[in-house]
Amino acid sequence: MDRLEPTLFEKSSPGRRGCTPPTGGVALVDPKAVLGDLVREEPPALPELGELQVLRHFMRLSQLNFSIDTNFYPLGSCTMKYNPRVNEQTARLAGFARLHPMQPVEAVQGALELMYDLQNDLQEITGMDGFTLQPAAGAHGEFTALLMAAAYFRDKGEKRTKVVVPDSSHGTNPASAALAGFEVVTIPTNPVGDVDLEQLKAVLNEEVACLMLTNPSTLGLFEQQIVEVARLVHDVGGLLYYDGANMNALLGVARPGDMGFDLVHLNLHKTMSTPHGGGGPGAGPVGARGALVDYLPGPRAGKTRDGFEFYQPSKSIGRVRMFWGNFLVLVRAYTYIRYHGPDGLRQVAEGAVMAANYVRMKVKEYFDMPYDRLCMHEFVLSAKTMKEKKGVRAMDVAKRLLDYGFHAPTVYFPLCVEEALMIEPTETEALETLDAFAEALVKIAHEDVGLVTSAPHNTPVGRADEARAARKPVLRWEEGAQ
Amino acid sequence: MNYIPHTPQDQQKMLEAAGLKTPADLFGYLPEEVKLGRDLDLAPGLTEHDLFRHLEGLARKNVLATRGSFLGAGAYHHYSPAVVDTVISRSEFLTAYTPYQPEVSQGTLQAIFEFQTMICELTGMDAANASVYDGSNATVESVLMALNTTNKPRVLISRGVHPHTREVLKTYLAAHDVHLDDVALGEDGRTKLGDVPEDTAAVLLQNPNFLGVIEDVTALTEKAHGAGALSIVSVQDPVSLALLKSPGACGADIAAGEAAPLGLPPSYGGPYVGFMACKKQFLRRLPGRLAGMTVDSSGKRVFCLTLQAREQHIRREKAASNICTNQGLCALAVTAYLALVGPQGLREAALTCLSLAEAFKKKLPAGYKLLFKSPTFHEVAVECPVDPVELNKKLAERGILGGYPLGADYPEFKNGMVFCFTEVNGAAELDNLLGDLKALVPAAAAAQEGARG
Repeated sequence: MDRLEPTLFEKSSPGRRGCTPPTGGVALVDPKAVLGDLVREEPPALPELGELQVLRHFMRLSQLNFSIDTNFYPLGSCTMKYNPRVNEQTARLAGFARLHPMQPVEAVQGALELMYDLQNDLQEITGMDGFTLQPAAGAHGEFTALLMAAAYFRDKGEKRTKVVVPDSSHGTNPASAALAGFEVVTIPTNPVGDVDLEQLKAVLNEEVACLMLTNPSTLGLFEQQIVEVARLVHDVGGLLYYDGANMNALLGVARPGDMGFDLVHLNLHKTMSTPHGGGGPGAGPVGARGALVDYLPGPRAGKTRDGFEFYQPSKSIGRVRMFWGNFLVLVRAYTYIRYHGPDGLRQVAEGAVMAANYVRMKVKEYFDMPYDRLCMHEFVLSAKTMKEKKGVRAMDVAKRLLDYGFHAPTVYFPLCVEEALMIEPTETEALETLDAFAEALVKIAHEDVGLVTSAPHNTPVGRADEARAARKPVLRWEEGAQ
Repeated sequence: MNYIPHTPQDQQKMLEAAGLKTPADLFGYLPEEVKLGRDLDLAPGLTEHDLFRHLEGLARKNVLATRGSFLGAGAYHHYSPAVVDTVISRSEFLTAYTPYQPEVSQGTLQAIFEFQTMICELTGMDAANASVYDGSNATVESVLMALNTTNKPRVLISRGVHPHTREVLKTYLAAHDVHLDDVALGEDGRTKLGDVPEDTAAVLLQNPNFLGVIEDVTALTEKAHGAGALSIVSVQDPVSLALLKSPGACGADIAAGEAAPLGLPPSYGGPYVGFMACKKQFLRRLPGRLAGMTVDSSGKRVFCLTLQAREQHIRREKAASNICTNQGLCALAVTAYLALVGPQGLREAALTCLSLAEAFKKKLPAGYKLLFKSPTFHEVAVECPVDPVELNKKLAERGILGGYPLGADYPEFKNGMVFCFTEVNGAAELDNLLGDLKALVPAAAAAQEGARG
């Protein structure tokens, strides 16, 4: 079968090797004599290759990828901004990278100081009273915060079983709520893109633990009634949860804490520029206000007269992962915040919102624009009319953009918009790039239908047969498995 | 700001297009009571030069061992070839998103597919996912899989499982109606499994366990199966799998754990990379992302994310798990590491670990005793003649990072300490440790007596 690049296993040749681990002058024992029948009989069938072969394999694979460093990546809700290289350098400092997580606190004072300062910076940026740095990703942060909410109400003797989410919310919101043991109630968005207050009032009662909200919403719109929403939720004794996926739009401009949010998670791999790495690692610190601070996972970094320490919050829900968090991701985020300072962070928000509105104005007359108002850092187009009139779907537009060298926007999300194309340019793209992207979108709107629906044409491979992949899953390489 | 390329003219052009005059107008419509109206109270921004110096200063406040580190306890430092960092520094891997568009993500997708294959090979399982947050989360997700598969309400957890992992499990299941029963360790340091109740979903082991002892996974698995429970084996250092019978070969149903020792530095505990693998019949219960093989529109062999109908972005509250992000770049490092060392290199690394630990046992200075006689891999639990925390302070003064004192997690081993040996130590560092342990017995004991007086 035709293939782009053989797998490592197909390139393997018995007896080849790419690395000899250090032996350090140790007299080797006979494992069978030491381990008896615990010893492995058959070695794992790992590939056998030379060093250059391995390097070339991965270099060739890398060339099949789009990335921020090579292509504009207007992927809505993902904040694919430039990942500064100084962050990579600071994360590789031996004093961080080689530090063992179980070293005693007196040997890790620099790491604790960084974590303590980062907790404080995130508190100031979001208007919260305390932060945990443990959660490894946004969804992990959501789950953590919901467990805190559950413990908080348990201690108050209140039985609250429901979590409310708008229909525009990220899929992780309801999934995290269900995992934390809550029943999920979904409410619709109103005609201008905000929370439907009447519907919210109808579902709010003393069984509701929490309303999970993204602000700006996934429609790229600032929730104009946020103060009223917070009042309604608090009036029934519920908590307001802030999904920080879209915090990039508000840095230094407005803070979740000042809007009435009680719990917050941030995605450091979005807002604070740590690289996505093809799907991770991320970091999803969680912030809390007031009495909820005591429920944060521990240990947290603290400061004493003599230095820095770890301590356990008094009503902590416990650990949500081993060790202390995705520390080297935290180093990168801290580097980013220290580089920018207060002015710089506000300029990030301004630049992101400016760029999104600029692109929106350039393309809006060629697509449907379900919520046509000043947007925040992203906006949502719809290909509904295009689909009805010409049979061109959002997915076709997305695939055709790949031919122009632009990564596809987020498609078919949020679910409340038909044929959605969600576009987030970020602050780090030059005007020329924004112009070229807008021109490509406009051009695609006028292109021959067949050309668009059969796209992409210039990518390393064509559309993948995903139905076949799911019908008979082949999830590992085996001789003859193609 | 250097990362924002907008000139004043660019800004003017963008603002005018939106019918606005100043950047503040972008936010003019926000309710007044939520506008910050001041600068954030943060330290002022730094130039790249000053920034790097500042971070260097913080890094210098951390202490690295100069004469050997013998600390393991869930984080294991093995040699990682230079090519691993070259691969994960490559922009097209580093700055790519999750491979939702297979046409422009074949690099990431094929690497995940290769990772999944290697994890299956190491663990002796049929299917593996694209990775999860870390070893503790992989283990906890495996328990959730078992609970969902069996619909039974009880989990038996060996006290040999890493204390952090046991704590995470308790946190995760606080909201669920599930009994978490601890299973004690016997005098031989192995899990002492009594009768397994019929309502047990899974028996959870770690191998080798937190005290370094290699479990009889086959026997424990048979016992679990006898009661209709699944057997889950957590592996905190997969280098051990080069020498030890795999979880799959022992009959286990799910293998989970930490892959970070395969190519990643200790990193103060993260980012790491959890792996999960299982027998064929549980494949559709695996959480997280999966890469599968298929063909493209022209019939070429390609890879794509598959079985996404299980995932949160499609299923929302009915999803198998809330996991969205995996640890893509860390899994790539693991894949590159395993490709470089191959089966021979991995075996050699494992054999050096085993040999160093055996040499340590043989040469253990007088006054120190082995806590258990059972076979071990690269961690050895020792009864120290003095308080291990105090002993470690003395070792630190001599440039040595000592082992993990057991007292806080296992009060029954108040003077217990687990020492870890890997191929990066070598014979010379082992001699440093043995020499200092011997020299420090009287001195440390005297200091402790003094402190008591």
